[in-house]
Amino acid sequence: MLEIAATLNNPGGLTAPMVHAVTALATVPSLAHLGGLDIFVIAVYFAMVIWIGYYLKNKASTSEEFFMAGREMTAWIAGLSFVSANLGSLELMGWAGSAYQYGILAAHWYWIGAIPAMLFLGMVMMPFYYVCKTHSVPGYLKMRFGQGSSTVAAFSFAFMTVLMSGVNMFSMAKVMQIVLGWDITFSIVVSSLAVAAYVALGGLRSAIFNEVLQFVLIWGGALLVPILGLIEAGGWTGLQARIQQNIALHLIPGGDYTHMWRSMGHFADNPMGVHWTGIVFGLGFAISFGYWTTDFLVVQRVLAANSLRSARMAPVIGSFFKMAVPFIVILPGLLGLVVLQNPDGTHMLLHGEDYVTAHPGMGLHSYNDVLPLMLVRYCGPGLLGLGITALIAGFMSGMAGNVSAFAAVWTYDIYQPLINKKARDEHYVAVGRWATVLGVVISIGAAYTVMHAQGIMDYVQALFSFFIAPLLGAVLMGMFWKRATAAGGFWGLLLGTLTSIGLWAWVKAVPSALSIVALSSDAKDMAENMYRALWSVIVTVLVTFVVSMATKPKPDSELNGLVYGATKLPTEPPVPFYKNEWCWTAIAIVVFVGLNIIFW
Amino acid sequence: MEKEISIWFFIGVLLTVYGVTILSYGIWELVTNTVANVVLNNLHAPIWWGAIMLLLGIFYALRFRPGKV
Repeated sequence: MLEIAATLNNPGGLTAPMVHAVTALATVPSLAHLGGLDIFVIAVYFAMVIWIGYYLKNKASTSEEFFMAGREMTAWIAGLSFVSANLGSLELMGWAGSAYQYGILAAHWYWIGAIPAMLFLGMVMMPFYYVCKTHSVPGYLKMRFGQGSSTVAAFSFAFMTVLMSGVNMFSMAKVMQIVLGWDITFSIVVSSLAVAAYVALGGLRSAIFNEVLQFVLIWGGALLVPILGLIEAGGWTGLQARIQQNIALHLIPGGDYTHMWRSMGHFADNPMGVHWTGIVFGLGFAISFGYWTTDFLVVQRVLAANSLRSARMAPVIGSFFKMAVPFIVILPGLLGLVVLQNPDGTHMLLHGEDYVTAHPGMGLHSYNDVLPLMLVRYCGPGLLGLGITALIAGFMSGMAGNVSAFAAVWTYDIYQPLINKKARDEHYVAVGRWATVLGVVISIGAAYTVMHAQGIMDYVQALFSFFIAPLLGAVLMGMFWKRATAAGGFWGLLLGTLTSIGLWAWVKAVPSALSIVALSSDAKDMAENMYRALWSVIVTVLVTFVVSMATKPKPDSELNGLVYGATKLPTEPPVPFYKNEWCWTAIAIVVFVGLNIIFW
Repeated sequence: MEKEISIWFFIGVLLTVYGVTILSYGIWELVTNTVANVVLNNLHAPIWWGAIMLLLGIFYALRFRPGKV
């Protein structure tokens, strides 16, 4: 379940395994015990986020200020917020666990599963989002394809956002119960009250400010673990040698833990059960581009930038930090393979959730415990509180992202066009504040629903993929093909979504259909999601094309600011090369390619 | 119109508070020789990690302090 929750903020987590991670461990004694110093560190963090929200409450009095942060954010702030809204604590823990289980393959979700899409957003798509002054992605669809497509996208986004927020909230509360022994309701109430307070008070500006703060905290709290871990393991070379040694001694399962592409030739050659085509086209295109370029949760941060250049630079800046995240997520998982020990000094082997559940009372730990275990291993009083604060900050940044995006979509794309078209600006701000509170309340309801009906968790990640991939197809066709019509966009989006749902239901009903949907009977859940997303994008594009060819397009004059080839983009004043977005994009591409070659 | 306080100032304040707290604890550990029961405690991570946070915190808090032109 940790990994499911990770999908809220990371498209790559769509079908990660171990769906019952948290629930299985509820009876195990807590991993860590906080002292007074740790509690102080956590309390200071909560005081700071509330202070920021209170300070910014007077700077969110118009709808443009409340929902778009006045479009005054610098490239750095928008870029860090862009990454931070995606960097949930459950992602940290879930992907660290995946790295322990699958090795460095997990880094695909940070590199090819993010970087090309982030750069594409900044360099190619952002000008259209920014120039048309849309308030949201459904808002863009409204301008391009009309109210029908926008309404479909708005309702699906609003529904998914609060559901994901609730799942994330429940997962986080469970983690706090496991790691610290905290009561679930206590964790839910305290964290959601804090988020509701600072977002409702200060709107998107407050959410963004806190996300930047939380980003710094996540690094400050989590970076010490890989540094000390590498010292203990003897550096990267020592880590590789000790992994091989542990494999030879049968202390850990065999496999290639430190290379990313070598075992991608066939589904059966790697423990994830994926093929390189699935990684490149399914994850690297359909899922990743769908999430990073059309999910309003992240796009909203960039729309708040203070200029077109800042809006383009923000995802580029974010890409560098995204490439660095495996250092605090993947590396601790790999280090756990060689440094973790039982209390008696023997090697500690972590297990899957099912195995841990089947062997209660043996003091076993699951893959998902690797990050807290590493934290407890190296961090004493104060530093442990800092690490826990990093986890809490990660959760809150993800949740604030969800509720602030929900408030904007609810107000602009549902309430305004469908319920009250001609109200005063203050009215919409009030609706936004109440939508923030409502979003949190519904999230809490979703969290408790999940708690009492945990089977829902199995479906949440599939639900996420139903909407994101077709949305990508619709936005790409609308943005880059002038001939695309309103009817084409609407039917493409609808049939693409139904395709995704249909393929999922088909495999559920007839498991052998997996060999058709995912091209191999050796494929696992992860591969299925990647290929399902790819098929739904293809269907969306094809349907949009066919229907558009049979219907009348808009004249070019109505597409200005919305479509490539019909838009005259504003020219930005010249800047030195080191401030130019294309320069930094080129550097990001070189680093991205270099990392994949180094860890080939 | 009053100029908005930069987010970097808030970050500076937080890092300063954390830096002082953790560095102080690290120094207390060193002086009293009561190190926490964690791996690599001989490296005294609270001292250098706390010091790094404190220096960064002071830099950002001063560089982006309210009212600075």
